Amino acid sequence: MTAGQQPILELQGITKSFGGVEALRGVDFALYPGEIHGLVGENGAGKSTLMKIIAGVHTEFSGRFLVDSREMHFRSARDAHAAGIAMVHQELSVAPDLTVAENVSLGNQPTNALGLVQWRRMAREAGEQLARFGIDVDPMARLGDLPIGLQQLIEIARVLFSGARIVILDEPTSALSPPEVERLFATLRRLREEGTAIVFISHFIEDILLVSDTVTVFRNGRKVAETASAATSKGALIEAMIGRGGEALEHSYTDDLMLPQPSDSSVVLRVDQLSLSRSLQDVSFEARAGEVLGIYGFMGCGQQELSRILFGKLKPDSGTLAVDGTRKTFASTAAARRAGVALVPESRRDMLFHQEPVYKNISISILDRISALLLKPAQERDIAKRQVDQLQIRPPVVGLDLGMLSGGNQQKVALAKWLTYPPKLLVLCEPTRGMDVGAKNDVINIVRDLRTKGLAIIVLSTEPETVLSLADRILVLKRGALVREFKNEPVSKDRLLEAA
Amino acid sequence: MSSETALATGQRARGLAPFLRSQMRNIAPFLTLIFLSAFFAFASPSFATLDNLGNILTQVSVTGIIAVGLTFVILCAEIDLSIASIANVTGIAVAYFTLQESYVNIANIPLPGAVAIILSILLCALLGLVNALGLTVIGIPSFIMTLAMMQIAAGISALLVRGQIAYKVPSLITTLGSGSIGGIPWIVIVAAIMLLGGHLVLTYTRFGRYVYMVGGNREAAEYSGLNVKLILGAVMVISAVCSGIGGMLGVAHFGSAQQNEFDTYLLDSIAAVVVGGTSLFGGRGGIGNTIVGLFVLGVLNNGLDHVNIDSFLKILIRGLILLAALVINVYAQRLREKAAE
Repeated sequence: MTAGQQPILELQGITKSFGGVEALRGVDFALYPGEIHGLVGENGAGKSTLMKIIAGVHTEFSGRFLVDSREMHFRSARDAHAAGIAMVHQELSVAPDLTVAENVSLGNQPTNALGLVQWRRMAREAGEQLARFGIDVDPMARLGDLPIGLQQLIEIARVLFSGARIVILDEPTSALSPPEVERLFATLRRLREEGTAIVFISHFIEDILLVSDTVTVFRNGRKVAETASAATSKGALIEAMIGRGGEALEHSYTDDLMLPQPSDSSVVLRVDQLSLSRSLQDVSFEARAGEVLGIYGFMGCGQQELSRILFGKLKPDSGTLAVDGTRKTFASTAAARRAGVALVPESRRDMLFHQEPVYKNISISILDRISALLLKPAQERDIAKRQVDQLQIRPPVVGLDLGMLSGGNQQKVALAKWLTYPPKLLVLCEPTRGMDVGAKNDVINIVRDLRTKGLAIIVLSTEPETVLSLADRILVLKRGALVREFKNEPVSKDRLLEAA
Repeated sequence: MSSETALATGQRARGLAPFLRSQMRNIAPFLTLIFLSAFFAFASPSFATLDNLGNILTQVSVTGIIAVGLTFVILCAEIDLSIASIANVTGIAVAYFTLQESYVNIANIPLPGAVAIILSILLCALLGLVNALGLTVIGIPSFIMTLAMMQIAAGISALLVRGQIAYKVPSLITTLGSGSIGGIPWIVIVAAIMLLGGHLVLTYTRFGRYVYMVGGNREAAEYSGLNVKLILGAVMVISAVCSGIGGMLGVAHFGSAQQNEFDTYLLDSIAAVVVGGTSLFGGRGGIGNTIVGLFVLGVLNNGLDHVNIDSFLKILIRGLILLAALVINVYAQRLREKAAE
């Protein structure tokens, strides 16, 4: 930051690949004491990979790694910790059944000469630490009984006060309410005064601009910009994140795309005032036949919960669902399926039977249509064969164990299982995540084809491209609430990011 | 279909070793069986006789009947620890509803034989239903739920017999449990029919497919819109009813109904299913595996009687064999997962 000051941490020419795919390409990065350094970039741009290298999670990489101008090579997160580096990961990692005090002092509980834990001292010290953070809770309360936001603050507090000189926060604000975010920022600023170096990763660009001194932008594994926060704006950062005309192979959706006139066909699904604890607040919308409704938002915005509610896997706290005008409360996923709702979740592992052949994976959702009591394997194979041909699943062998197929083909199988007797409403979560361009296009064509057949389709994604490539109408979900609807108007990646 | 033939050859081309590794779950128990049989045939001239084969079959029949239902449960990656207790209480119940000799000091309720049998089956089905509700509606893990049921069923048994012994059961049960036809004991025939029935249900019915799919990946089954709770509930009831039938025939087979009569059948039945190679993680295995497991246990128990061995050592040997089977079971799962990657 300050000229002449030695960086506390310096990385030079860091390159890291996973199975032949380069996640980081020759990245330089420097961090100074008393600095809050913001990191932005799209999913998969390389931010988290770089931070995991710093925190000793990834130990194989090439390039120079200097702490206090001395070259280091961490072999584990423990080494990084010993060097004064601590990280708060995106996923909450607390022990919900232990007390607040135990969580705060995890790993270095105060003990007496006999090695017994000094409970009173531990509780007092934890209470003092949390008080510095403006958190006033009983240190002996069970952590899991506290609201998620508070749990996350306590986890962050634990790391911030662990004595680390370098603290990395990966998406710390996604589960926090605005006042909690304020409290976190106040604490970060105080630690900065004390000389701690902080890296702050977030999708929320406003947050980054608000709290950080420097911002670094990542795109496709490269560092594309580094600037003082005061000298940049949200628009400029978004532009740097997504690049202009760069990625030739894929449509990059940086230019405006005109959404069509909203459909006036029949309403298949009506969602009214849906709420679920901290995940969703008063979400209302409708999905129509022959329309693809895109729902875009950052990770943790409540998409996952919303899709689970639509398929009867989660029960909302309040609000109603109506399919074809009939009010429904799904007691199970089986009830949702009978009502004509189908879901393809974002994780194929959750959706498919890897040790079973392809045809059993395809027929599982329609067995009750083709057999009352006895199975009809020949018919199952015929149906599967037809789907495999139609969706061009490779290799076209219905008897092959599913686990032998590539990811893209598995995703097609996940779709195929719903297509023999098409549902009224198809809910797709991240339908093209992790697929190569060819497979992506295949899936996009399949979905478009289904739309012309009159299905109502909802596509939920954290990737703007996915939503833009498929949707006729787009809703933006932000921290559990719908904040914007795009219809019959121009839309682009910037506009989506801007809204979210 | 030509592409599938190509695939089959393709798999063969990948080599015999990977194929054998993926089939270890089925091969290992079978090799164990052959090895044990050969060993005892060599060690004792009285082992490898037709008469003794009949003995082995009869000895494993009650375990076999109980293991049918347990196979369903373990295929779903659940466990039922109440099988022996439910067998016991059902056997006692059917005697309780039968007129006993005057010297039997039990305040029982004599009923016509058919009614006694139906009531007893209803009793075990009801206990299975309680297991099912505890597991699916309340969400108690099956290990704990059936542990409680083990105690509850034992308690009902105790209340019915109050430390006494009953001898009479309905004539149908007596015939099936201790009679024979054409030299073949009825109990062997019943066990064979139930094992066959279980196999047919698991292999050829929609419900059987659901059992495998729920066991293979419960999350995926739910995301496929299966009523997972209904299927789990059903296997708990099936397990209890199989145990009940095993208990009724067992009482006739032993000639008496009393407390703690079936205690060894809990371990034996679990051992039969697991030694046979059905995965404790669910989704793999089946009645075929259970039959091999039954024979392994049967040959082992029977063979140890034929060789001159300390009868107390027998218990230890059985424990070691079970441990070996568990190691193979877990190991086979890991090999399969590795092959799938």
